[in-house]
Amino acid sequence: MTSELIAVRGLRISFASDAGIARVLDGVDLTINRGEIMGLIGESGCGKTTLARAILGILPRNASRIDGGDIRFEGRALLDLDEATLAAEIRGRRIAYIPQDPFTAFNPVFTIGTQIADLMRFKSPLLREGGLSARERRRADHARVIDLLRQVQLPDPEGVLRKYPHEVSGGQRQRLMIAMALLPEPRLVIADEPTTALDVTVQAQILKLLKTLARDRGVAVLFTTHDLGTAYEICDRITVMYAGQEAEEAPVASFFDRPSHPYTRKLLDSLPSSENGIRGIPGEIPRLVDPPPGCRFHPRCDRASEVCRSSRPPSTPVAEAHTVRCHHPLGDVT
Amino acid sequence: MSEGPILSVEALHKYFPVRNVWKRRVGWLRAVDGVSFDVRRGEILGVVGESGCGKSTLGKTLMGIQAATSGRVVFEGHDIAGLKPHQSRKYREHLQYCYQDPGASLDPRWTIRASLHEPLVVHTTLPAAEREARVREILAAVGLPETHLDLYPHEISGGQQRRVGLARILTLKPSVVILDEPTSGLDVSVQATILNLFLDLQRAFGLTYLFISHDLSVVRLVCDRVAVMYLGRIVEIGETEQIFSAPRHPYTQSLLAAIPRIGGARVTDSFALEGEPPSPTNLPSGCRFRTRCPRASTICASEDPALTGDVAQHQAACHFPD
Repeated sequence: MTSELIAVRGLRISFASDAGIARVLDGVDLTINRGEIMGLIGESGCGKTTLARAILGILPRNASRIDGGDIRFEGRALLDLDEATLAAEIRGRRIAYIPQDPFTAFNPVFTIGTQIADLMRFKSPLLREGGLSARERRRADHARVIDLLRQVQLPDPEGVLRKYPHEVSGGQRQRLMIAMALLPEPRLVIADEPTTALDVTVQAQILKLLKTLARDRGVAVLFTTHDLGTAYEICDRITVMYAGQEAEEAPVASFFDRPSHPYTRKLLDSLPSSENGIRGIPGEIPRLVDPPPGCRFHPRCDRASEVCRSSRPPSTPVAEAHTVRCHHPLGDVT
Repeated sequence: MSEGPILSVEALHKYFPVRNVWKRRVGWLRAVDGVSFDVRRGEILGVVGESGCGKSTLGKTLMGIQAATSGRVVFEGHDIAGLKPHQSRKYREHLQYCYQDPGASLDPRWTIRASLHEPLVVHTTLPAAEREARVREILAAVGLPETHLDLYPHEISGGQQRRVGLARILTLKPSVVILDEPTSGLDVSVQATILNLFLDLQRAFGLTYLFISHDLSVVRLVCDRVAVMYLGRIVEIGETEQIFSAPRHPYTQSLLAAIPRIGGARVTDSFALEGEPPSPTNLPSGCRFRTRCPRASTICASEDPALTGDVAQHQAACHFPD
């Protein structure tokens, strides 16, 4: 039996924009194994949120188009499933979502308890088992909710359920989001920059919580972030994206020890530190309406040669479980 | 330097009334609660703290965007805190405030030239030709070509808009610029460009910065001194290197411990601080940090510690500092 949970292969997605067709994802490969925390790193506009949304099947239907590729989750091709099946069996059940902004994710006019009860009405794992009356199931679900709220370290879980979203702090709201994502017992949780809106001390608490809970339950996490430090904290493996293409994929230790893609190297160098000083990456992120051909990083890369301008580099292994898409990877004598 | 501080803040308070649904005042939100510090000429003083600690309110109160409840703000020898806006305008000309995204404050229907001329029209009586010369000089300093003067904000990139916004602040030749979260929301590769621009401009124009930020790694690189705020108070202030290498206040220590450090021990394995800051409308008695502090004892609940230190350059407000 393979440990592969989800495999994205050659995914290409484009969006209609005022300036033309933006090719936001251009042949992206990504594999997440069971129980693994995968970090998806990249600057804003690199397509990490689009990839997360494509997996969930929540891309805006009127503006986006899937041009090719496929997403296999537990052996099923997600892109071939119809909306009803996705909603009933996958989304919010097997794949859950933790949003970036816990402030807008709740409905302000209902209590937190009402909103969690709504979630359980449709997504409770007990629904699958059957054999329980509606009343018995509600009672069992309530016990599970309280238990999980305790596990996300919310003080006074019963009291929280009676509160409105504005009555709890940002950190607590994010704890609630984590609890709600885990309640349906998913196999994959997509966390889209879940700590960006939080302060550092709260961020450290939330990361710790997410990591422990995912480990205990064997839930895989796709953790998108633009912060390399956060990725180092929580991830088992890291994939770097640049302008709609994945550039490098590696286990976390290997990623930070020997980055092979020139973009990864520059990204690491631009972290403010006393050795590096303040260093940026010259040039700008390309416009996705007319992206550079070949490797999309070549206009900003100092190792670029003719071949980089014409063809996208294949995925080549450089170490164990460490692959890079570069014609001239670092550590290579060229 | 023997010169006195360029900006001196004494016991500054800014309270906001908290009102119930009938508009009756039911309490005070003490956003800035007795803050005193000096800013030396030519330095970069960092103000760090988590959201809600009052760092932005501090900046806005200094600037006069919000009137201070009490306290003194002495800027170049004049107390500007109690003055009416029209009285303090001539002093405030040299004290400028830079919002998170200075580019967003440009009028979309004005050319860059019109936007850059405006502060000079408001504050000075310079003839048009001299204004134009000043505008061109500043534009070159922020690294933009003169051809941009005739463009509208939507015709240039976001990074260039930011530069124009900065140029607009600099046209009045300020001596102190308050930078409010200048790098938050930026990607690391872009952040570096902006920070270098700030540093270049500081050297070129002899500026003094008050650098308000929650990003400690940036503050460490850029600032000469750092003030750490918690719930409206400065809990620790000192030279950047001292604060980062030997923090004395337990809050500063946890704040530093929370920053992820690549290659080091993982914060998520060791981080101990629990809870979140209490609401500023309902502060704990005594030391404000005691509800989350690992060292809290009975004296912390009864007495509010003052900002003291053996060395004048490094002070902490704690009964049990390291």
